[in-house]
Amino acid sequence: MLHGASRRCRAQLPLVTRETSIRTPRYVPRVTAPASFELVDVVAGPPGAPILRSITLTVPCDGILAVAGPSGSGKSTLLRLLNRLDDPTSGSISWEGRHLDEWDPTELRRRVAMVFQRAPLFPGTVRDNFRVALPDVSEDRAAHVLEHVGLPTEMIDQPADRLSGGEAQRMCFARALLTDPGVLLADEPTAALDVAARHTVEDLGLEIAESGVPLVWITHDTEQLRRLADHVVVLVDGAVTAFGHLDELDEHPDPTIRELVGAPA
Amino acid sequence: MNRADIGYLGLAASGILIAVAVAISLWRRLGVERSILWAALRALVQLLIVGVALQLVVDDDDPLILSFLWLLVMHLFAAYTTWTRARRERSVFLLSLVAYAASSAVTLGVLFGFQVYELEGRTIVPLAGIVIGNSLSATVLVSNRLFDAAHERRAEIEGRLALGLTAGDAFAPVLRESLRTALVPQIETTKAVGIIALPGAMVGLILAGTDPADAVQVQVSVMYLVLGGVATTTAVMSLGISRRLFTPAQQLRRPDP
Repeated sequence: MLHGASRRCRAQLPLVTRETSIRTPRYVPRVTAPASFELVDVVAGPPGAPILRSITLTVPCDGILAVAGPSGSGKSTLLRLLNRLDDPTSGSISWEGRHLDEWDPTELRRRVAMVFQRAPLFPGTVRDNFRVALPDVSEDRAAHVLEHVGLPTEMIDQPADRLSGGEAQRMCFARALLTDPGVLLADEPTAALDVAARHTVEDLGLEIAESGVPLVWITHDTEQLRRLADHVVVLVDGAVTAFGHLDELDEHPDPTIRELVGAPA
Repeated sequence: MNRADIGYLGLAASGILIAVAVAISLWRRLGVERSILWAALRALVQLLIVGVALQLVVDDDDPLILSFLWLLVMHLFAAYTTWTRARRERSVFLLSLVAYAASSAVTLGVLFGFQVYELEGRTIVPLAGIVIGNSLSATVLVSNRLFDAAHERRAEIEGRLALGLTAGDAFAPVLRESLRTALVPQIETTKAVGIIALPGAMVGLILAGTDPADAVQVQVSVMYLVLGGVATTTAVMSLGISRRLFTPAQQLRRPDP
């Protein structure tokens, strides 16, 4: 399942163990990992009223990077740039050392998968939905990916529009994983879910990260951020106001940032 | 005497039916009597002008270039009308002009190529008129549906793009549905012809004294012409619009502010 840079950059990383954490204990580098995405002076949005203003950011290629910030701060805009659903008006973005323009957009999007706040379901069964991602998906592969996201394998023939909100979102993760992505972008994937479903999707995110696919995860929810994030980038008014490992941001001098990441008092 | 020649007296007598419509409007206080009179007068004047203009192209010794000029004006006017009805989207005028031209080329190409009709002024303008006239509403419909779908079904389309589908594949289900919607009315009309209503061309020919069996042959060829024309125009139009909806980097464009 792992691809190029993710596997490479994991191998290069020093082993650092966490000291204390309320989150699932697992290997996460305290130092900034080698980059998966590099953004330099990125401006995006309508000319004259940009949503993102000069973003320079290095996205680590391991664990979960949470994107936090108030509504309208440009979080979704940022994510859409990463798999080229939109282009920046200026600046440059590269992934695995190659400028996004140099990637074939369809190839890039298969490697940089994305799940959305409201799971877009395609007509037909779960299998039909899988076939959109992988036209010749085998029974074994479909069953494996369903198990991976914690759904029963017999769900494969169920009409997609009969899935509950949580099941639909997990099915969307499964569908995205079928393209063997090197990174997964998640745009508030639990915003439309109830608490129980939210937790199963969060667990799934943690498992995916643990299996070696890094995630960039937008969240509004401080508790969720603390459960998931290894690194955090805070956006306010289209600019990065803080970026770093969660433990570092817990000690950030700005109380607003500490509050945004839910730092213990 | 040509049986179709009803003369001005006959024309005036048929105007009694307009008086009936006006009387009903006055009787039931519908308030549309002025509209009825205006519509009747406008139709008369427009068709008289067209009748005079057609004189310039239908005679055997009239140069064919005049027919083609007429076609050009007809295409331009149809494209303009489509543009005004399809929300004045920038791309629609040129795209619909190409779609109507492609449709005329295909349908008239078949009819003249196989010598179903002789290539002459008497046939070029009326046949092209039928193709374009009947394609217009379907073209407007398919255009508006595609623009609506690109907006309303953005999440679904981008969901497919995000899985690495090309713009063409991501938009194909939407395109298919929109095209089907635009074509179904024409298919239904074709199915119902003769049962629910006698089509205009056949009625005209029979009134003009043509044998009904011959009139039927002409009418059937006209129905096929219309169906082929509508299918070609809407297909070209929808392909053109779906290309314009996406950037070269396979991104769904946002509507102009």
